[in-house]
Formats: sequence, structure tokens, C-alpha cells
Amino acid sequence: MSMHTLYNLVTGPLAWAAFAIFIGGMLAKFIYLTYLAKKKDPTVFAYLSTKHVIRSWFMWSVPFVAKNWRLRPLFTVVTFAFHISLLAAPIFLMAHVMMWSEGVLGISFWTLPDQVADWMTVIVIVCCVYFAVRRMIVPEAKYVTDIKDFLMLILVALPFITGFLAYHQIGDYKVMIILHIVSGEVWLAMIPFTWLGHMILGPMVRGYMGSEFGAVRHVKDW
Amino acid sequence: MTVDTQEKKIIEDPGIDQGAAKLTPEKIAQVINTTLGTENLARLYAYTKTCVHCGLCSDACHYFLSHDRDPKYSPVGKIKNTLWPMIKNKGKVSVEFMKEAARIAHTECNLCRRCVQYCPFGIDTAFMISTVRRIVHKLALTPQYIQDTAHSHAATMNQMWVKEDEWIDALMWQEDEARDEFPDFRIPLDKEGSDVYYSVIGPEPKFRTQLIYQAAAIFHEAGVDFTMPSGTGWDNSDMCMFTGDFEMMGRLKRDHYESAMKLKVNKIVMGECGHAYRSVYDMGNRWLGWREMPVPIIHSIQYFYELLMAGKIKVASTIDKLATFHDPCNTVRGMGLHEMGRAVAKAFVPNMVEMYPNREHNYCCAAGGGVINCGPPHKMTRVHGNKIKAEQLKATGAELIVAPCHNCHGGLEDIVHHYKLDMEIKFLGDIIYEHMVKTKAVEE
Ligand code: HEM
Ligand code: HEM
Ligand code: SF4
Ligand code: SF4
Repeated sequence: MSMHTLYNLVTGPLAWAAFAIFIGGMLAKFIYLTYLAKKKDPTVFAYLSTKHVIRSWFMWSVPFVAKNWRLRPLFTVVTFAFHISLLAAPIFLMAHVMMWSEGVLGISFWTLPDQVADWMTVIVIVCCVYFAVRRMIVPEAKYVTDIKDFLMLILVALPFITGFLAYHQIGDYKVMIILHIVSGEVWLAMIPFTWLGHMILGPMVRGYMGSEFGAVRHVKDW
Repeated sequence: MTVDTQEKKIIEDPGIDQGAAKLTPEKIAQVINTTLGTENLARLYAYTKTCVHCGLCSDACHYFLSHDRDPKYSPVGKIKNTLWPMIKNKGKVSVEFMKEAARIAHTECNLCRRCVQYCPFGIDTAFMISTVRRIVHKLALTPQYIQDTAHSHAATMNQMWVKEDEWIDALMWQEDEARDEFPDFRIPLDKEGSDVYYSVIGPEPKFRTQLIYQAAAIFHEAGVDFTMPSGTGWDNSDMCMFTGDFEMMGRLKRDHYESAMKLKVNKIVMGECGHAYRSVYDMGNRWLGWREMPVPIIHSIQYFYELLMAGKIKVASTIDKLATFHDPCNTVRGMGLHEMGRAVAKAFVPNMVEMYPNREHNYCCAAGGGVINCGPPHKMTRVHGNKIKAEQLKATGAELIVAPCHNCHGGLEDIVHHYKLDMEIKFLGDIIYEHMVKTKAVEE
């Protein structure tokens, strides 16, 4: 197989598959949990309160509001920098947006200056290293971490590492870009099947707990 | 402060040990799989799938903090040692494993829900530990002492094997006593159409009748139109909730509410107890499928607050000791009553200092969640497991702890004693009764 056909494969069918698994998987998770709650856990919906769902999301999305964020400033800065960069860099990257606009969607949207995206990429990688080291040295994290959790961190970091190397033309660009695309696709496809699914389940749990604490127990949940 | 660094030794409990002797791996797998496969599925699924194993919940737990940050006492550590293997192995776990799981779930977690406030996702570890207890219950592995109280609930509808005549006798005895102080005093039984139905926990008629006297005296002085039932329903406590015997919990709560409904009262006021509040306001009603309560239920903290604000009880004298306020988990993380509690306490004890952390972030007493009810074999588990509370109390320099909850009293007494803190512990009712204006009492 030539490099060219390989490139076509990973940017064509494989990319479609990755996005389909990611979006379909997340939707399925959302629908499944909603169905389970309706069917097997009716008190969940009985006490859901929009106001308190939003309140809880907001309170936990702003750094240093929640008590636990205030207790651990370094971790808080790291996790916020990590999550913001993790979402913003790939979505608003010029190189990615161009593929959307020239390809399937035909739309173009706001992009980040390359320099900023590059820094965000570095932030994600450094934060993953921080998380990994923390899992090795902080006893309460180490105790509940197993090999899978480390693999997950590597998986999360890989598209950023390869993207960085490709952008800076370190190593063989053609190989690197293919590695990048493949790792990005694995990244997307794995989210629904691992605890990375917290991307969708996290806000659902948070919203439910916000309702329980806010609407039923009349007390803060942060 | 002395540091208790002792190896975790296995505590013998006839309930767990004798129950385990009758178990087979097949039975264990069958019970685990039917429970995890059918009950409260949505929450269990969401919590176990969402957890990223970060350990951020650890700092919430007094057991973890009291054992020098030993991770096996962290909330997620306890889930790792109970629920995770059950799920991972599809119920195929050993009898030894189940014994340990029963011990962890019943004596190393107070279901205080503090960790829920610390997990960035709001994962409810207390709920998962409750689920473990439910499995333990179905396998008949529940610790002996608490199982005895659950049996009492089933046989008598109260926690302490109190017979009907003993209950009525306890009330009439208190009425008699109180008539020396308040000539017109009554504890009206089964008075239909009263404004307030007053319910208490099983141990009150058994060991702490003085509390019934005091509450009734406060109501009498405030001119409250109240009644107490002569039959079952008077006990709002609930050990079945804590053992995972939810069927029995439902029966108890229905009896409680129906007894109030039969008397056509406007509201139920309940004594100073935290777990009972969780049972009537949060857990039991859900099991019965009642979103709202059929009769409004009000905790004493709130009721005393209302009486005080309305000027129905007035302050005659104050206590000049330095005091601190202990927030019971079930009235703060269960109902946000922290400011009302403080307002009542401050009115009578102006000299108050805070513990840190406080209010909805306060540390549990380590007696709650049925842990104290697991009895003497497990006493030191909770005393050693709450060294942090002793440090927190000591740092206030207070001489008096105001704690509006029965379990908290039990737990704090043991902690005060073990760590030699020399602090007195009082209910709000103790303080109000002693220091309110008594217009209806005989002149001394
Ligand atoms: C699925 C198909 C994907 C394709 C076709 C793709 C393609 C590209 C291309 C062409 C570049 C530019 C390299 C250069 O400037 O020469 C790039 C960079 C980058 N990609 Fe992707 N990508 C994909 C998925 C992902 C995913 C899923 C992520 C993140 C999770 C990601 C993160 C990045 C980042 C952070 C950079 C920039 C690195 C830097 O500037 O330092 N990509 N990608
Ligand atoms: C957009 C919705 C998301 C939300 C609300 C969210 C929220 C959180 C929260 C609350 C935590 C817990 C502890 C911490 O703050 O580190 C966490 C951890 C983590 N998240 Fe996310 N997340 C989201 C998306 C993602 C995505 C898409 C990924 C990567 C695929 C990701 C990767 C991680 C990782 C690796 C950790 C664990 C860090 C560690 O090792 O301790 N998150 N996330
Ligand atoms: S004792 Fe409280 S903080 Fe500790 S695990 Fe149980 S519910 Fe969580
Ligand atoms: S329960 Fe929450 S805080 Fe604790 S390890 Fe899991 S995700 Fe982290």
C-alpha cells in the first residue's frame, strides 16, 4: 500500500468510522442512562430540577469556587488548563478547520492562531505527564490506579504528541501525520468505551447530584 | 493528641462470621448479580462508569484523614475493596471477600455523604456503600447488633423492643413528673386534629425519657397543640434503612406517616435525630414512591427555630461557657439546617466558636450511618476512625458541644472520652428547656 492510499484510508473511511463511533457511542450512553433512570430508578427524574442542574454545572466549572478546588490549587490549575486546551486546540485548530471547510461540512469557523494552539498542545501533554506522575506518587490516587489508567493517559496524550511533532516537522512528516490521524481516531473511538465517557456521564451525574442537594436537601453541593 | 497507628485487625462479629459459615460462592454470585442487575441501576451504572479513579474524594473522609491518609480508608478505596470486584468478577467473589466487604460497608463508612461534595462529578459513594450493605443484608451477613435492632423494627415497629404498654407508660410517667413543675402539663395521646404530631426514636422511651419530658415542656410553654400516638408509628428511627432491608424501611415509614394521618394533624415534628430525618425525609418516602410527604415533616432544629423567632419561647438566662456547634450530617447535607441550628444555640449560648470545617462541610461524628449501632465490637473502629474530629474539637478550646442529634451524641461522647477532651455535650432541647422563660411553671 502506498503512503497515498494509506493517507486516503485514514482520512476517509477510518475518519468516518471514528466520528461515527464517537458520536454514536456518546448518544447511546446518554440514551441508555436516561432510559435506565426512567425504567429502573424513577426517583432520579422525580427530583431533577433544571435550576439546580445549571447551578451545579456552573459552580464546578469555575475554578476555585468548589471547596475541593480551593483545597488543591495546583491540581485545579492543571485540570482546568488541561480540559480547556484539550477541547479548544483540536476544535479550533486551523489545520483541522480547513479539513472541515474543504471537505464534508463545507463550513468554516473561527480558528485559533497556530501559536496558541501549539502552546495548548504542549499544555495537554505536560498535564498528562502531571496526572501520570500524580498517580505514581500520591497514595490515594496510586491505590485506585491500575495499568489501564496509565494507558488511558497515554492514549489521551498521543494525538497531541504526534500532532505537535507533525506541526514542527520533527521526524518524517508523512509518517507522523498518519500516526497522528490514527491516534486521533483511536482517541475518539475509545471515549465511549472507557472512563473517558465521563465527558457525557460526568455532567449527567453532576446535574443529578446538583438537583438532589439543591432541590431536595437545600444545601450546596460544592 | 495521641496517634493511634495500629494495624487493621479483623474484628469478630457473630453476625458476619456465623452468616458467612452458611454461604456458598453460588449463593453470593446469585445475590450480587440480582441486586446489581435490578436495583437502582441508573445511578449505579453512572457512578461506576464515570469514576476516573483520581482519588479527589479522599480528603472528604474522616476515616482517611484519621488514619494518616491511608488510602484503603478513602471513599474510592472502599469502593475498590467492595463493589469493584463484585462487578468485575460478575459476582464471583469469595466468602472471605464478602466478610471483609460487610465489615467495610458497615463499620468504615458513615454514609455521611461528605465525599459526594468533594468528587468533581458528585459521585455518591455513600449510595454505593448502601448497595453493598443491601447485598450483605440479602446474604444474611449483617453485623449482629444492628441486625438485632432491625429485627426489633420488624417485630415491634420500634428499634428497642419497646412494648406498647411500656411506651404508654413512659409517656405517662413523664407527664406525671412534669406536673410537679407545670401543673397543667399534659402529653396528649392520640388527640385528633392536633397541630403537631411529635415523634421520637426508640431509645428515648428506653434510655432517655428526660428528652421527652423536655420537648413536651418546651411545647407546653410555647402553647403548641401537640399529640403523641399511643400505638405504633411513634418511632421514626430506622436501622433497616442502614442494613439495606428496604422492604422493612418502607413498612416503618408508612406506619409512621399513616399514624400521623389518622390523627389528622397538620405536621409531624420529630426529635433531635439525624438518621431518622434521612429516613423519613429522603429514603423511606422514595421507597414508598412518595415524592412529597403526605404530612409535612419538620426537624426539631427548624421547629425550635420557628418557636424562638415567633417569640413563643423566650430566653431567660444564657450559658456563659465557650461552646461550639456540631452539624449532624443528616441535618446539614440532608437539609441545610446549619444556620437555624446556630441561631437557636446562639440565643442561649452567646459565646460560640466554629469548628473548621463547619456547616455543610463539617466532619461526621463517625457514629452515624448505623456504625454505632454495630455495637461494642466495632467501637474502636469509629473512635480511631475519627481522630480528626477530636483534633477539630480540641482546636476550638470550647467546653461545650451543642449537637442536635442522638447518634452524634453517642459518637462524640466516645471521642471526647477517648481523646480526653473534657467537653460537655448537649442537645438544643437540653439548653432550651433549662434556660427558657417558664411562665407556666410553679413558682419556686
Ligand atoms: C481524525 C482525523 C484527524 C486529522 C485528519 C488530523 C489532522 C491534523 C493535521 C493535518 C494537523 C496539522 C499538522 C501540521 O500543522 O502540519 C493536525 C494537528 C493537530 N491535531 Fe489533528 N487530526 C485529526 C484528529 C485529531 C484529534 C482527535 C486530536 C485531539 C484529540 C487532534 C489534535 C491535534 C493537535 C493538538 C494538533 C496541533 C499540534 C500543534 O500545533 O502543536 N487531531 N491534525
Ligand atoms: C467536556 C466535558 C468534560 C468534563 C466536564 C470533564 C470533567 C472532568 C473532571 C471533573 C475530572 C475529574 C478530575 C479532574 O479534574 O482531573 C476529569 C478528569 C479527567 N478528564 Fe475530563 N472532562 C471532560 C472531557 C474530557 C475529555 C474529552 C477527555 C479526553 C478524552 C478528558 C480526559 C480526562 C482525564 C485524562 C482525566 C483524569 C485526570 C487524572 O488522571 O487524574 N476529559 N474530567
Ligand atoms: S464516611 Fe462519609 S466521606 Fe467517608 S466514604 Fe462514607 S460517606 Fe464518604
Ligand atoms: S469518586 Fe469521584 S473523586 Fe473519587 S476517585 Fe472517583 S471520580 Fe475521583
